[in-house]
Amino acid sequence: MSQDSARVEQAALDADRERNSALAVLSTSVGRNAGLVIALLIICIVGAFTAGDRFSSTDNALTILRLAATIGVVSIGMTFVIIGGGIDLSVGAIVALSSVWCTTLSTRMMAEDTHWIAMVGVALLVGAGCGLVNGLLIAYGNIVPFIATLAMLASARGLAEIISDKKTQTLTAGGVDVGGFKDFFTRDILGVDVQIWLFALVALAGWILLNRTTFGRRTVAVGGNLEAARLAGINVKRHTVYLYVLIGVCCGIAALMLVAKTTTGSSTHGNLYELDAIAAVVIGGTLLTGGRGTIVGTVLGVLIFSTLTNIFILNNRSFSEQSLFKGAIIVAAVLLQQRLASRNSST
Amino acid sequence: MTQPLLQMSGIVKEFPGVRALDGVDLDVRAGEVHCLLGQNGAGKSTLIKVLSGFHQPDEGTITWNGEVSSFSTPAKAIEHGVATIYQELDLVPHLDVTENVFLGHEVSRAGFSQRTQARRQVRDLLARLGHSEISPTRIVGELSPAKQQIVSMARALSRQTRLLILDEPSAVLDQEEVDNLFRVIRDLTEDGVAVVYISHRLEEIREIGDRITVLKDGRTVATGLAVADTPTAELIKLMTGRSIEYVFPPRPEEDRGRGDVVLDVQDLALAGVFSGVNLSVHAGEIIGLAGLVGAGRSEIVETVYGARRASAGTVTVDGKKLRRGSVQQAVRAGMGLAPEERKSQGLLLDEAVFKNITVSSMRRFARLGFLNRGEERRQATELTESLDVRPTGVTRAVRTLSGGNQQKIVLARWLMRDCRVLILDEPTRGVDVGARSEIYQLIRSLADRGVAVVVVSSEIEEVLGLADRVLVVREGAVVHESAATAIDEAAVLDLVMEGKVPA
Repeated sequence: MSQDSARVEQAALDADRERNSALAVLSTSVGRNAGLVIALLIICIVGAFTAGDRFSSTDNALTILRLAATIGVVSIGMTFVIIGGGIDLSVGAIVALSSVWCTTLSTRMMAEDTHWIAMVGVALLVGAGCGLVNGLLIAYGNIVPFIATLAMLASARGLAEIISDKKTQTLTAGGVDVGGFKDFFTRDILGVDVQIWLFALVALAGWILLNRTTFGRRTVAVGGNLEAARLAGINVKRHTVYLYVLIGVCCGIAALMLVAKTTTGSSTHGNLYELDAIAAVVIGGTLLTGGRGTIVGTVLGVLIFSTLTNIFILNNRSFSEQSLFKGAIIVAAVLLQQRLASRNSST
Repeated sequence: MTQPLLQMSGIVKEFPGVRALDGVDLDVRAGEVHCLLGQNGAGKSTLIKVLSGFHQPDEGTITWNGEVSSFSTPAKAIEHGVATIYQELDLVPHLDVTENVFLGHEVSRAGFSQRTQARRQVRDLLARLGHSEISPTRIVGELSPAKQQIVSMARALSRQTRLLILDEPSAVLDQEEVDNLFRVIRDLTEDGVAVVYISHRLEEIREIGDRITVLKDGRTVATGLAVADTPTAELIKLMTGRSIEYVFPPRPEEDRGRGDVVLDVQDLALAGVFSGVNLSVHAGEIIGLAGLVGAGRSEIVETVYGARRASAGTVTVDGKKLRRGSVQQAVRAGMGLAPEERKSQGLLLDEAVFKNITVSSMRRFARLGFLNRGEERRQATELTESLDVRPTGVTRAVRTLSGGNQQKIVLARWLMRDCRVLILDEPTRGVDVGARSEIYQLIRSLADRGVAVVVVSSEIEEVLGLADRVLVVREGAVVHESAATAIDEAAVLDLVMEGKVPA
């Protein structure tokens, strides 16, 4: 074959690939997420009308993002677990346990002038450890994820209560350089809180992990068709363990953000996080049955919820009204997705 | 002659890419046992599903009791008086016997269930079936498969059944239970109930049947044969008689030296399913495993592959002994499996073609865990072009491809890995006739490249036409091994059905 014809073929291939990937992008992330963007815009318009300038200001935008950051990090982890065909009900409890463990260890048990990075290490290790236990029980103990993580929900919070003696632990100067910790997690970078940057970083890392790595590909395979993944030679049990460790680490990060923000560690931290995270993931278009989902969708889902909360607060509406509305949004979003999905498959 | 209770004529049922029924005629009279005979894939199951209202025929008419009728839903079929006992029993395991029998038509008054009355009726039904020892309050899941079948029968009798369809009922029964079943069938036919009886066991058909209809490739090849006047040889000829010519690629010359043994299986067993399986496959050789569904063929190859954990025996690839029950190790050693249930076991249907192809060789495209998607797509494109997968385009979802092209994607996955041993379980199931020859050609060319191939198929013709060496599996044991050219279709059929070669 001449070089020319080879080049022509290559060009045709490239063009085809471009067209295909453009189509793929349209029909997947953007297509499915465009609806979410529109929903978010409508909510913002409602916010601007009802709360005026108090809503539409840079400061308030940052407030919304700050509100979104902690639960957002957990939701990214949840996206992986759900795409992988599982569910994790224990995220809130793991956040509580991590927060209590790292405040106890760092403020009371460590030597003078220990670097605050020790707190980070402890929180992440506790999160990963809980995730490891979840993953092992599910993958090798053959306990369904719902039950295994329900058990972790109960026991992790229980352990957090025992460690903290049900008292809120204030982050006071003790062994560790607490000031450095607080400074790091509450400082601004380019006018934006470090916590928001952290959320953005976790979301970006999650996107790359899901879409560009073997780990992401395996996650989709395991959640999409467990048996096919197993017969294709994927170690599905080990991968399941990794998924729960991953969400555990996300909980550890969220715990650090909470500890810095509230300057406390408490066994009540992260209450109902599991519901908020699952709701955000589902709103974001991830299938609860696994195999399909996007990080962008989850981020939008989190933003929709935190913007709503913000609007309710600005309008002095009660928390109860907020919850009621959240429930309605979840149902509406899922109904809409099903309608869209059935139209897609019929055409 | 009396008017038939059921008359089906010219029934056609098409599924995407496959014509499952292609003109079936069947007439069943009240009070007779009508046997349905045919090889796997002949269309028996589809026909039953049409009769019980699960599938709608695309063409043809069903006449019921002299009137043209449509069996548009299962409820409609039940209303007509059709009851089906499936091979896979369809009982609710957590409910008790009475609840199962009256499932869907509970005995009730004003919305309150009349439990005492229901139990009394069930007790009568069970007594009629000769199993009064089954308590109406037993949980069905605790009963043996044979007893569960009795419960299914009781369910059928609890309605006004006029046609009872039994799909391989004897598969779960021992001899005494089969005798009891036959007694019940004779009782029913005396009351004027028509029975459609499906079985692979010719001796049973001889004992209980009145007339026989033979299906082959979705067509009725003979109908209304009197059991008493039709010799076995004639039946086997009807079942195997070729109606479609497949083109099989030529085998290599006999004297061409075979390669080394690549796959060696010694005394492999899976407790309760099969035992004592020995198998060795040379490079460049195609081994065929023939046998009925349920004989243990799929279980054998899945155990070789590590998808099931062997209870005894060894599997060796290129001299390396594999750990039991480890698919990963089997894949690493160079084994590949194209599973029987392509859609549920083989493919990620909603994912792109290239992702399905590279899923077993991701490491090759990854650096530090990051995938080179351009390279993935390039190599997948090359491969799909060489396999002539249509329509082209490696980013399209696998779901949009036909059965034959989906099978090519599964094969491409293992070609991508350069595997040493390829196991193909029912490689042409759901593949239309035109694409079959292509798949056969592909399998042969793989062998020519030195791959050791194991093919499992219910279609004897396929095993004999494609393989170099044939193993016949019956009831969990290999009962015969020979060169494919040394045995013919009728002999294999006799082996799989009766376990012996005719004199």
